[in-house]
Amino acid sequence: MQKYMRWSAALFVLMLVLAACQSGGGSSPSASLDASEPAESEAAESQPAESQSAGGDPTAVCEADEFGCVEIAEGDLLELGTALVITGENESLGLDSQYGAEVAREMRPEIAGHEVEFNHQDDGCATEGGTAAANALASEESIVAVIGTSCSSAGIAAAEILSGEGIMLVSPSNTAPSLTSEESHQPFYARTAHNDKIQGAAMAQFVCEELQLTTAATIDDGSAYADQLAAVFVEEFQSQCDGTITSEEAVTVGQEDMGPVLESIGTDSPEFLYFPVFVAEGALIAQAAREATGLEETIIGAADGVFSPDFLAAAGEDATEGMYLSGPDLAFSGDFYEADFLPAYREISGEDDPTSVFHAHAFDAYNMLADAIEEVAIQGDDGTTYIPRTALKDAFFAMSDYEGVTGTLTCDEFGDCADARISVSQVEGGEFNRIWPEE
Amino acid sequence: MARVASSPRRFNLVTVFLWLLGGGLIAIALLGAFLTLSKGRYSIENWETFIVSGIALGSVYALIALGYTLVYGILFMINFAHGEVFMFGTFTALFAARFMADAGLIDSQPVLAFILVVAVAMLVSMTVAVALERIAYRPLRNAPRLVPLITAIGASLFLQYSARGFYGSGVNAYPEFAPLEGTTNILGLTLRTDQLVVTGAAVALMLALYLFVERTRTGRAMRAVSEDKDVAAMMGIDVNRVIMITFAIGGLLAGVAGVLYIQLFNQVDFFMGFLPGIKAFTAAVLGGIGNIVGAMLGGLALGLLEAVAPFLILDGFGIASPNQLKDAIAFTVLVLVLIFRPSGFLGRKENV
Repeated sequence: MQKYMRWSAALFVLMLVLAACQSGGGSSPSASLDASEPAESEAAESQPAESQSAGGDPTAVCEADEFGCVEIAEGDLLELGTALVITGENESLGLDSQYGAEVAREMRPEIAGHEVEFNHQDDGCATEGGTAAANALASEESIVAVIGTSCSSAGIAAAEILSGEGIMLVSPSNTAPSLTSEESHQPFYARTAHNDKIQGAAMAQFVCEELQLTTAATIDDGSAYADQLAAVFVEEFQSQCDGTITSEEAVTVGQEDMGPVLESIGTDSPEFLYFPVFVAEGALIAQAAREATGLEETIIGAADGVFSPDFLAAAGEDATEGMYLSGPDLAFSGDFYEADFLPAYREISGEDDPTSVFHAHAFDAYNMLADAIEEVAIQGDDGTTYIPRTALKDAFFAMSDYEGVTGTLTCDEFGDCADARISVSQVEGGEFNRIWPEE
Repeated sequence: MARVASSPRRFNLVTVFLWLLGGGLIAIALLGAFLTLSKGRYSIENWETFIVSGIALGSVYALIALGYTLVYGILFMINFAHGEVFMFGTFTALFAARFMADAGLIDSQPVLAFILVVAVAMLVSMTVAVALERIAYRPLRNAPRLVPLITAIGASLFLQYSARGFYGSGVNAYPEFAPLEGTTNILGLTLRTDQLVVTGAAVALMLALYLFVERTRTGRAMRAVSEDKDVAAMMGIDVNRVIMITFAIGGLLAGVAGVLYIQLFNQVDFFMGFLPGIKAFTAAVLGGIGNIVGAMLGGLALGLLEAVAPFLILDGFGIASPNQLKDAIAFTVLVLVLIFRPSGFLGRKENV
């Protein structure tokens, strides 16, 4: 026993030392390490940042900024983090956004005269993953801003950590209302994805007006996204068309046996069943809904969390045929999207087509960040670029009428930047067919 | 004074508190059940569905739990990688079934195809389990008990992420077997065919295992090794061989459990061994770890609890989304059982 104690004590001390080393290394300006390297592209560089930043003396600006500056020595890389769900059951969602951001980088490889490098982290589509990814990124002084997270649960955790460090976090696919609500908005958080207040309302409107249904039940999985979206739907369904909600059920993430919960919902035979969850649970619910007593005539619907070919593959054609899914309106696809974006996307992903619907939001997030960075970046005398963190945030939040791929984006004071347009698609023969609203 | 000192256990405050807690929880459960039933929201058919799906899932838990319990009975270690043995069974079944679906065998000879899928899954799971024993556990047989435990967790992660590397991290849909779809009428009850087959197969296997352990020479050898390895070795029993057979049987059962599980839920992914593994381990503890009959009962009890209890107990109190609390109920029951019967329902009998 004594021996174990001694070993574990030694291990503990070692861990403390290591942790101290890491934070010690991190707190010195990261640029100083790299400054000794000769800049390769010195001659080729036209230094666009210089013209844009009449900001004056960088030292004064950085000292005045609450969170200081990111310093990037001449010729060094500008580092952007991503925190997206890139492994596991929901990877189709996160990888899709990651490819979107990479397409944007390919088309705009330099920001403020520096080549851009990504630091990819996994948000795990959960609070724990968001915390881990945010901590990993926050420990790097050189991270200018972060694109993420994929899932709202992860976003709530990550926004708090990164805002504490003054690092801008822009999400391409968080949709939970609480992230940008007055009470719980984190100062350095913004998103290019729609707010689920709009998605939930759109789905309720579709069910009321288009399908003419009056009773509905909901299932969420306890995640911030599903919980809040289901709640918005319930509220809107009751207020828009005086609909009746027969039950608001919940399953747990990782649950496989959906039979009993659907049987319970079936006791009231709702006309519509709405389950805005993620791929694995969504597929199981869709399958079990076909077998539960009382749900034989029930029309089923879900949201953008399962808007992916992965979902159709997991649930099978029988279970999903005819169901409705809401999501961002892909009718935005103008010439640029078809002609330039998609070919670049396919090349980067090595796949045929996007696996989810938020790649364009990630693309816009990258470009808006790039614009904001170039607006505030200051060029020092020695060629070092200074990016004041609070000024970057302010510049981002001040963006208005930005012409992006997903529409015309304008940020409000709580970080909702999206030009939110929701459409509803129906699954027919293993394909998503956009059916509402009419174009 | 002397009286109190001589019988400290009878008036132990903690014991009294625990009894009150247990009694209170049972009273709440009964009250909840009464309220739910008097509300009459669920029909007899609903209860039937809850119970049948609980039994089907529970019998799969039981099959996996047997793997935990057999190994514990002989080696006194928890094989935390057992969930992954199960997961490899499901992946094998997935590929076998896809291959047969492409070859048209599932449509023309569904019963033969099903048996083949089960056989292949059993074989692969058995191989994984035996390899696990040979590579990860046998070299550590005489190490302190904590060592194989940590190794098991490592092996579990290794297998999990190997599967992720081999097969990717997406969710795969399992093809359907036409004869197992739909419903069957038995004794006036309309039951889902797949649940019926799953339960039947699981119960048959459990019976076979019980007879194997109780009636055959190898079974007797297993019991002897479980009692005392050294003495068994002196009696001429090849202990290594018996341990390997034990792992093989556990793997075999996990393979079948894998096929049955995806017959119910139609989905395969690399992480799917984790939760059923934990649940089955719980079932094994609930029934009394090391006890074969206990594992069977524990599995069935856990499955039933999960399917029925949220609706029976919580619905009556008007608690929203009762289903989400099913794990909470299941584990509360586990805690209660362990408080009052620390060795599970049946305790640890000395027969494996």
